[in-house]
Amino acid sequence: MAETEADAAAAPSAAPGRLRNAFGGVLCAFTLILIGVLAFSIRLFSVIKYESVIHEFDPYFNYRVTQFLSKNGIYEFWNWFDDRTWYPLGRVIGGTVYPGLTLTAGSIWWLVNALNIPLSVETVCVFTAPIFSAFASWATYLLTKEAKGTGAGLMAAAILGMVPSYISRSVAGSYDNEAVAIFALVFTFYLYVKTLNTGSLFYATLNALSYFYMVCSWGGYTFIINLIPMHVLLCIVTGRYSSRLYIAYAPLVILGTLLAALVPVVGFNAVLTSEHFASFLVFIILHVVAFVSYIKGLLTPRLYKMAMTLVITVGMAVCFAVVAILVALVASSPTKGWSGRSLSLLDPTYASKYIPIIASVSEHQPPTWPSYFMDINVLAFLVPAGIISCFLPLSDASSFMVLYLVTAVYFSGVMVRLMLVLAPAACILSGIALSSAFDVLTRSMKFQLSKLFDDGSAISGNGSTEATSASAVNTNSSKSENKTEKSEAAPKEKSSKKNRRKEKEVTESVPAKSKKEKRLSVLPLEASVIGTLLLIILGGFYVVHCVWAAAEAYSAPSIVLTSRSREGLHVFDDFREAYAWLSHNTDVDDKVASWWDYGYQTTAMANRTVIVDNNTWNNTHIATVGTAMSSPEKAAWEIFDSLDVKYVLVVFGGLVGYPSDDINKFLWMVRIGGGEFPHIKEPDYLRDGQYRVDAQATPTMLNCLMYKLCYYRFVETDGKGFDRVRGYEIGKKHFKLTHFEEVFTTHHWMVRIYKLKPQKNRVRAKLRKLKSGSKSSSTLAAGRKKNPWQ
Amino acid sequence: MPKAAADAKLLIQSLNKAYAATPTNLKIIDLYVLFAVVTALVQVVYMGIVGSFPFNSFLSGVLSCIGTAVLAVCLRIQVNKDNKEFKDLPPERAFADFVLCNLVLHLVIMNFLG
Repeated sequence: MAETEADAAAAPSAAPGRLRNAFGGVLCAFTLILIGVLAFSIRLFSVIKYESVIHEFDPYFNYRVTQFLSKNGIYEFWNWFDDRTWYPLGRVIGGTVYPGLTLTAGSIWWLVNALNIPLSVETVCVFTAPIFSAFASWATYLLTKEAKGTGAGLMAAAILGMVPSYISRSVAGSYDNEAVAIFALVFTFYLYVKTLNTGSLFYATLNALSYFYMVCSWGGYTFIINLIPMHVLLCIVTGRYSSRLYIAYAPLVILGTLLAALVPVVGFNAVLTSEHFASFLVFIILHVVAFVSYIKGLLTPRLYKMAMTLVITVGMAVCFAVVAILVALVASSPTKGWSGRSLSLLDPTYASKYIPIIASVSEHQPPTWPSYFMDINVLAFLVPAGIISCFLPLSDASSFMVLYLVTAVYFSGVMVRLMLVLAPAACILSGIALSSAFDVLTRSMKFQLSKLFDDGSAISGNGSTEATSASAVNTNSSKSENKTEKSEAAPKEKSSKKNRRKEKEVTESVPAKSKKEKRLSVLPLEASVIGTLLLIILGGFYVVHCVWAAAEAYSAPSIVLTSRSREGLHVFDDFREAYAWLSHNTDVDDKVASWWDYGYQTTAMANRTVIVDNNTWNNTHIATVGTAMSSPEKAAWEIFDSLDVKYVLVVFGGLVGYPSDDINKFLWMVRIGGGEFPHIKEPDYLRDGQYRVDAQATPTMLNCLMYKLCYYRFVETDGKGFDRVRGYEIGKKHFKLTHFEEVFTTHHWMVRIYKLKPQKNRVRAKLRKLKSGSKSSSTLAAGRKKNPWQ
Repeated sequence: MPKAAADAKLLIQSLNKAYAATPTNLKIIDLYVLFAVVTALVQVVYMGIVGSFPFNSFLSGVLSCIGTAVLAVCLRIQVNKDNKEFKDLPPERAFADFVLCNLVLHLVIMNFLG
């Protein structure tokens, strides 16, 4: 009888339960769509403020590669040898580029054009990043849902859609690897955690494929292949080994290594470099643990102990031998098998000692404290709350989150550019923290309000509604009385074991859970209302900051500059002016030399062959250009002539106050050049350890090519030669160029192009007569000085 | 030492007895795993004799053997009736996942074999 009554009671409240279920699902989907739209639109500021143009330097290379792919097809792209860069060495594009981004944009372009929507390659490239950031926030939702539930997922997705650190690398126009790589990173982590939670081999396969996409997209894939083994090791060490762990990790290692070896950039590095050794080591350890647990299941405890002692004595010897061989192999390579970039991550001082090129990139400097607040804002102090919330209770997924966050924080402290890897971790943990906080506060409010309306009678259902959802039917009065007693006696801090469910979402195993929970913490009504309001205001501050950062700080395309003056907005389009001049006024095969920063833009926009570009893979070649820029005119002319250079391009900001010009970068040219050619010494260019270009500057500085090319005729602008960036008058004001001639200077003097003067047809007779006596010795001396770069 | 030898003998005997109790389908999977691992070892020995060029073929051969071994172990875990975590998983679904994963693995191997 009781059963049918319960059933009868169950049926009518199951129907509203299902309806509530459905309503919750629809609301969730709608919220996700809105989050996607938000993530897309907040990145469109640069398109609105400037134009739909590709930003910065690296995206121009990716854009050029995508153009080539769309024009010539995938086989040509795979085998492309680019001879218009790194003259005369060339560059194997197919083997040195991470193809994920270009293939993604190329396929989107192809698909869209096949559907007869005529979007150009540039439009597709500009808008790839915002689209993939919407996907990334959905992936964050999925990942956080695996760890903590739907409410936390929605919160984390909303936060990720707006976090300034991610916006900075994925605005519309920033067509760089990170645009798709962050999506691949979060999605791979989601599939790993899902496999860990469900133990399904299907998700393990998907995980390996998603890891493959990540390897295609970004060099930061080594983070995944080191973080996941670390997590597996953590699970084993804390006694959480289970067969699901084996299914989650072992297929990923094998399939993942194979797939990584398929990408030409990685190739055999997937098995030979130290970055991957951790995964193999943990693979072996996992098999040992799995085998041990299997044997444990077969034997009785006494026999098991016997087996253990036997195995350990034998196993130790074998292990020792294997480790000795491995250590010998690794120690024989000078960098212990790690690549330069990874070493500079592990030892932050490595790059400045050995590889000045890596140290010179501004993105590779350690971040300052304010940049944490600028880039992840409010999340910086929500994250510790999230860590605590992850421990109540600790599951495999939440331990993974904490580990991800801790490693990301370390790496973000080494390089500013890796704040980007910290962003998803911070968003997830903040989402968890905020959602747990809201959970307690709203539960308190609901409970207190219902207590007010029911006048504390022993009627069941309402008192415990916050502990159940509509599908929970078995509310017997004794249980509810129990609960009200306990909750009134609960302490006023939100530290006890929390209820994971939210009011809006309906979850499955409700009745069992409500029996298991011990205490629900409930706050007084005023405290919970004020708490909710304050949290909402905090969220408001976060949103305001994010929108401001997206609009003002991170939307500059850096190829077009603007400044506000009394007359309004002033636009500096000098870069594109210079590249257009180059493409219209020079021959197709002319070589242009400049510092490596501008290489990608020159090949993409001016379509001319360059000597060095942003790929910086050949340090000696860059050092040659740096030496030429630091040498006097004649020596520089000879270096450039040996490289077949016709035009030299320098960037000069002294007239308008543009601070990132070549004079400010000049010391790096000296350092890098001096690293390869010892006759360039940095102290020669400094007066008393200070870098100056005014009258106090050293003669070496005042005679070097960079100074001359930047300040040639500069005194004609205002009569005094006042450099607006450095803030003083320049040293040498009136001089002529003997080996170069100026061919173009842009409107604001920001880009200056010079042509190498052809060699004189005859040497002047006067010089020959003077030197006829000592000609042999002087030419010998000149000869020794002439080729210092050999 | 004699005690250790006697212990080892006792150990092996009890292991044999316990293993004989496993169902036949699991024993078949175990046999397959053993076959795959032995093939991988044979390939490594061959590489030691002949040299490792072309390296991609060696790598794909060895990793395909180890890969199917690992996938078979995963299948064994999912099909084992003693495993409480997977009692809701029908063995047909486990086998289908196994086949799918093997398909992907061998597709990659074919591509990488060179």
